[in-house]
Amino acid sequence: MIEALSYEFVQNALIAGILVSIASGIIGSLIVVNRMVFLAGGIAHTAYGGIGMAIYFGLPIFLGASIFAVVSAFIIAFITLNHRHRMDTFIGLMWAVGMALGVVLVDLTPGYNVDLMSYLFGSILAVSHNDLYYMGGLLALIVFIMVFWYRDILAVSYDSEYASLRGINVRFFYTLILILSALTVVVAIKVVGLILVIALLTIPVYIAEKLSNTLYMMMILSGIFSSIFTLIGLVFSYSYDISSGASIILISALSLFAFLIIGVLKSSKFDI
Amino acid sequence: MSKPVIEIKNLTFAYEKHTILEDISLRVEDKDFLAIIGPNGGGKSTLLKLILGINPIQKGTIRTFGEKPQKNLSKIGYVPQNTNVNTDFPIKVLEVVLMGHIGTKRPLFGYAKEEIMCAMGVLGQVGMQDFAQKKIGELSGGQRQRVMIARALCAHPKILILDEPTASIDIDGQKRIYELLKKLNETITIIVVSHDISVVLAYANKVVHINKRLIYHNLSSGEKDKLDKSGHFCEVELFNMFKGEEK
Repeated sequence: MIEALSYEFVQNALIAGILVSIASGIIGSLIVVNRMVFLAGGIAHTAYGGIGMAIYFGLPIFLGASIFAVVSAFIIAFITLNHRHRMDTFIGLMWAVGMALGVVLVDLTPGYNVDLMSYLFGSILAVSHNDLYYMGGLLALIVFIMVFWYRDILAVSYDSEYASLRGINVRFFYTLILILSALTVVVAIKVVGLILVIALLTIPVYIAEKLSNTLYMMMILSGIFSSIFTLIGLVFSYSYDISSGASIILISALSLFAFLIIGVLKSSKFDI
Repeated sequence: MSKPVIEIKNLTFAYEKHTILEDISLRVEDKDFLAIIGPNGGGKSTLLKLILGINPIQKGTIRTFGEKPQKNLSKIGYVPQNTNVNTDFPIKVLEVVLMGHIGTKRPLFGYAKEEIMCAMGVLGQVGMQDFAQKKIGELSGGQRQRVMIARALCAHPKILILDEPTASIDIDGQKRIYELLKKLNETITIIVVSHDISVVLAYANKVVHINKRLIYHNLSSGEKDKLDKSGHFCEVELFNMFKGEEK
């Protein structure tokens, strides 16, 4: 186990796992308290269209997926702010069309036989130095925005109608949260894949929510839990030669299960 | 007569083709305690949203302090309906109250010391200062409602508007809230929307009934004596009273 740490790809995987865990802890908290889980799922799957586009045009994967995800975040923000009652239909549509577009573009790429599975279930052991810079930069951006606009984001998330009465631009912050979610989803795809990205954004967050009195506490705890689950998942993945993304999610789910059982045993009034 | 704090003239409002409010005119004087009653779907909450500038005005005029509603948002405190939703949210009572600041003197990061002092002050006013560090979900419905009143008071409003403040709160909690409002009424104007008419009428000095149209009613002391503050005035009798006015 220890000798594995001397390999560069293992070091990169560990660093990427922690960077993405902290980012997804912060953004996952916002997604959960704003009830945006389905929206984030829509963005994750739409982003596959961006991956296909990047492969077809020979662009960096992160760049293509990010552009696609951000555009879809804008569209989803527009729909939810203006046509709320049609939201689920449109997001379902984007979800499917994004994936289909990705698959077709990859098919059309000459001489390139991409491993679809690596995007569906993650490829954390293939993280490059450039990927790490991108993840680090995104995390820095997220932390900066959270510190700078914490009170506005808190107000919009807790009670958006009241926030707008107090002169806060709700549409701006709602769109900002979705764009940050889109960018985070793209890097999380590298770690656990787009199928499992929702689990990474919700499981640690759910446990943290139960233990927190404040939103920032929830973000910090989510980041810590997520990092722990990711590291343990990677150890299992290495030791038993199983898929890293899936083992990270299973470790998270088992921890959640244990947390719920402890909660029920400790208090008869435990409220899920 | 002094200048009214709110003056509404010939206001009509419709969602698509449904007329919600028709030809509403209303004057609210300084330090009034106005009760707006009426059936569900009668347009009470819509009227509040128009006064608060949340909904756009289609026909007629609304003036708060002689100006358009959007100009005087900081002078109006608002306590929305359904404070029981979103109780899982990880937020402390103090943070909820701090949302009430309009944010003119805000520092670059977080909250200013004066803002926190002020928030603690209004929590004291509603008797909730000991709960400042508690999670909002741990409070009872009545306590949560008082926190929402504190949030509205944070910006030092001249008018306090409450939408169904006592829905789903036990009798003791309701009474505490109305006693609090009565005390606040010594310095500011209070507007309460409620279908819980028996209690609200015991405290209000002016009552309007809204069901698409508005019926005005100044409570004379004789009628007021019929109302018992602890609560149970026959609502049918009261509606008959308003029907009489309509004719």
